[in-house]
Amino acid sequence: MLTIENLHATVAEKPILRGLSLSLGAGEVHAIMGPNGAGKSTLGYTLGGRPGYEVTGGSVTFMGQDLLELEPHERAAAGLFLGFQYPVEIPGVSFVQFLRESLNAQRKSRGEEPLSGGEFLKLAREKAALLKMDMDMLKRPVNLGFSGGEKKRAEMVQMGILDPKLAILDETDSGLDIDALRIVGEGINAVMRRPDKAVLLITHYQRLLDYVKPDFVHVLAGGRIVRTGGPELALELEERGYEAVAA
Amino acid sequence: MSQALAFPTRGQEDFRYADLAALEPLWPVAQQRIVLAAGERGAEAVIHTGSEAVARDIVIELGAGASFALHLLNAGQGYGRFAVQVTLGEGAEFTLGAAQLAGSGQVLEVVTQVTHAGRDAVSRQVVRSVAGGKGTVNYLGKVRVEPGADGTDGEQSVRAMLLDRSATANNRPELEIYADDVKCAHGCAVGELDANALFYMAQRGLPPEEAKKLMLQAFVAQAFVGADQEEVLLEAALAALGKLV
Repeated sequence: MLTIENLHATVAEKPILRGLSLSLGAGEVHAIMGPNGAGKSTLGYTLGGRPGYEVTGGSVTFMGQDLLELEPHERAAAGLFLGFQYPVEIPGVSFVQFLRESLNAQRKSRGEEPLSGGEFLKLAREKAALLKMDMDMLKRPVNLGFSGGEKKRAEMVQMGILDPKLAILDETDSGLDIDALRIVGEGINAVMRRPDKAVLLITHYQRLLDYVKPDFVHVLAGGRIVRTGGPELALELEERGYEAVAA
Repeated sequence: MSQALAFPTRGQEDFRYADLAALEPLWPVAQQRIVLAAGERGAEAVIHTGSEAVARDIVIELGAGASFALHLLNAGQGYGRFAVQVTLGEGAEFTLGAAQLAGSGQVLEVVTQVTHAGRDAVSRQVVRSVAGGKGTVNYLGKVRVEPGADGTDGEQSVRAMLLDRSATANNRPELEIYADDVKCAHGCAVGELDANALFYMAQRGLPPEEAKKLMLQAFVAQAFVGADQEEVLLEAALAALGKLV
């Protein structure tokens, strides 16, 4: 589904990714762990196409397309969802309006009919319930006045509504209490644990992986993958620390 | 501030940023007077989205306890100047909610003078301006509190959004206070659309123009909150934004 080969990327002319290679197949959950400054968030933003994240070498193929050729909104329409570590507040624009327009823009570019207001609300209600989020919260301006945990939950509701092929979730577990972590973990499984979907979890900690069991765990250090293993690698990292394991 | 018959020069504060070449054929501008007796209420919504240049000079006099709300969409394709002079009697209330949307080469401006002549009067001005290309948006607004007009509550909230580095906003909220017990607040900011928000919206699938429109719609809507014709104003603003973005 996603093949990254020898990816190099810079931020403000500073090299962050230095020859990262990674391959995700359909039906797989991968976790990327690594110390601060390893390039975890940069990987997410680079795949999402954030301005300022410049690819200086390598290639990324997503569902048979050259991902790097696409604009950010085209990447979304192609089925890529990026869960933000710090979801952005947008005053004056409600979640309902934002998500309906986003979804319909994606559908339009795929040649599908737009959802009507009623159809959209039904879908939104269903996905909000999955994440145990009050539907009234989706009538409020995007992320405005939401707690850290509510923002992360709202990210997962958005993922449910947009129904992507690949979700890259950047520290979705940060800022969550134990109950919220379980709800979010179950939400990820419900939406993304499908034979035709894949997940890339970017995280510091093992705890989210108790709920969303990864098939592969990668250690990112110095801008490249330095080790790959199964779920046991995450436990080893937790026990021995990045320095010992990544060395 | 009253527009004398002599054609203005750039040396006059209220015409400092005006498009004088476009103003000349419209000169002299006839005054429109709105007078409300004590306790009367009134409202007007002005939508200018046409292609011709326009200059309006509106004079509003509010008697004791009278209230008037003026909502304005200044989004035509030519020069657009709206000069508003208001005098408030005791306990009167005046609301101005104005949105301006200027494209390339255009000058749009709102010039106000609000005089609190009696005690306990309230004035609220909310101005939201957007300029793209080489467009210019101006707000020159003076709140004058006369001697004895204690208990005055005056507010100016002025914000401009520049879509391109070539666009210009001139915002000048001004206070002239001759009374002691007065509450006058003014906020003034010029900014650009939040790049983080634009990327966030793009990541969810919104093309850049749609994302910008959505954010600008929310920005402009702040000027029309509570207007009798809020829906009509918003709809006209949205149509004008479509041409700008």
